[in-house]
Amino acid sequence: MIAVGALLHAKQLSRSPFEIATALIIPVVQATLAVYLFRAGGEPGRLLEAAVGAGLMGVWSSVLFGSGGAIQNQRWQGTLEMIMLAPRPPALVVLPITLATAITGTYAMVATLAWGRLLYGIPLTFADPVAFAVAVPGCIVGLGMFGLLLASTFVLMRNANALTNTLEYPIWLVSGMLVPITVLPGWTGPVAAVLPTTWGARAVREAATGSGPVWPSLGICLAISLACLVLGALMMTHVERRARAAATLALA
Amino acid sequence: MSEYAIEAAGLRRTYRSRTGWLRPQRREVEAVRGVDLTVGNGELFGLLGPNGAGKTTTIKLLNTLLIPTAGTARICGFDVVRQTREVRRRIGYVFGGDRGLYDRLSARDNLRYFAELYGVPGREQKRRIAELLELVRLAGRENERVEGYSRGMRQRLHIARGLLHRPRVLFLDEPSIGVDPVAARELRQTVADLAATGTTVLLTTHYMAEADELCGRIAVIAGGRIQALGTPAELRHHADGRRVLEVEAYGVTDERLAAIHALPRVREASLEVIGAAQVLAVQSDAGVDVQADVLRELDGVRLGRVTARQPTLEDAYVAIVNRVDERRSPEAVPA
Ligand SMILES: Nc1ncnc2c1ncn2[C@@H]1O[C@H](COP(=O)(O)OP(=O)(O)OP(=O)(O)O)[C@@H](O)[C@H]1O
Ligand SMILES: [Mg+2]
Repeated sequence: MIAVGALLHAKQLSRSPFEIATALIIPVVQATLAVYLFRAGGEPGRLLEAAVGAGLMGVWSSVLFGSGGAIQNQRWQGTLEMIMLAPRPPALVVLPITLATAITGTYAMVATLAWGRLLYGIPLTFADPVAFAVAVPGCIVGLGMFGLLLASTFVLMRNANALTNTLEYPIWLVSGMLVPITVLPGWTGPVAAVLPTTWGARAVREAATGSGPVWPSLGICLAISLACLVLGALMMTHVERRARAAATLALA
Repeated sequence: MSEYAIEAAGLRRTYRSRTGWLRPQRREVEAVRGVDLTVGNGELFGLLGPNGAGKTTTIKLLNTLLIPTAGTARICGFDVVRQTREVRRRIGYVFGGDRGLYDRLSARDNLRYFAELYGVPGREQKRRIAELLELVRLAGRENERVEGYSRGMRQRLHIARGLLHRPRVLFLDEPSIGVDPVAARELRQTVADLAATGTTVLLTTHYMAEADELCGRIAVIAGGRIQALGTPAELRHHADGRRVLEVEAYGVTDERLAAIHALPRVREASLEVIGAAQVLAVQSDAGVDVQADVLRELDGVRLGRVTARQPTLEDAYVAIVNRVDERRSPEAVPA
């Protein structure tokens, strides 16, 4: 049921003209950004790393906006009531949607790499192609679960959209998608350590550049994501009840 | 299995909303103020009432989308608040309008998704979906995206979706909105067939003829309370001893309608727009003829056919609803 749900939601998402436009433009911007940042830093050797990081930023944006908007979108479409009527735990109903946003985000990763190759000639030689091929989907599934926690938190907040916007860049930075964590101020360390994005990004980067063992990072990413999933599921059940009491399932 | 499909006791629902951001103001709307209702298995039950009467709210209280402020409700013996999942397994919900579907997916994908969600076993899905597409006459167009569908097609898809998991109790909230007459007749046939095979149906509609034809019993709800309940024949008694004058007119204003209503021997007056014309229905006691008075009030308005007839269910409905308005208006005018 989760698979069918995620697939169909991905289909619905990927057919939105807005999404298509964003998906075409953003990766180009991100690839360019990555390339110039690192050229300026005088480290042309790390271009691939930069491109991978930029791709991850794309995945994160997709999950963040997708999950943040998931509930709101369903409400606008009038489908929120219909899916909540399903005789299933609410978390199971929402998870496919957040997974779908992560899946469409994968495309951002692929596109960023493709543009990087095409426009700037970044060599796509991965240190460990197999690990990379596993780490990326692993990271995406992890982010999808993290998205569920976000989605459930967002239902409780009226101004979810504002929060979404403010969360985009800090997470890019803190998780080390853009620049290595080591150059960030010390206090961000603990924050980074509990974010699944950090570990996911690290795993993907390690697989791409061979800078470390991939599996521990990926494992930690999935473990944290799983915790998010459990927390998100509990939260969703609570939130659903609150929504039924407060009559916020419908647009009205 | 429980004796009743739907039981509601003392059902109430208050909406609280906050408006304004700098100076928040609380607003409370008592949408449902104590509804008691029992609907037997396989019964086709109608809920009629003016806009804002609380019909949709009542349905959402019964189908678990809203938690009642007070009172209890059971579906097939399961409590709607405590046994939500058991209730949801047994109910279908169809509402009028063109929202509530995934526009960029095909009808088939929409149904596939909801079949999965509503727990239709994988083996059965294909057959069930084909069967329903046939039933709502969308077969042949099931692979087109819903965004290209007409309003009536969407409405029919809604209905198919509501039936996917063969619900024991079906809630239909204005299912015939935007459906053409032929499709509406087929819809009525479908609903009647469902009821005949044991499905309990709770239907709201603004079409009296639809309610009259379909429903075994009808509740008229206004101001959040049930004002009258009975078979269509029983409800018609509310207009007993009345006689109805019907005038086809073009351009009757609210002031003129009020003036007619205020005429000494007129009991009710209502106005309905049919195509380009208005139809003015004036009720009086059976023994009196108000035609001359009414026509005098309509002086200067272009008129069509003028007929006198026996009261219908609609006239009874108007009598019931207006009685409520009259009772409520004194409190609505503060000193
Ligand atoms: N989400 C909401 N928040 C606040 N008030 C609401 C909400 N939904 C409905 N109401 C109010 O509750 C009352 C009853 O509304 P309801 O939708 O149940 O009426 P209805 O009988 O279905 O009307 P209609 O025939 O127009 O569909 C109305 O006064 C409406 O304004
Ligand atoms: Mg309604």
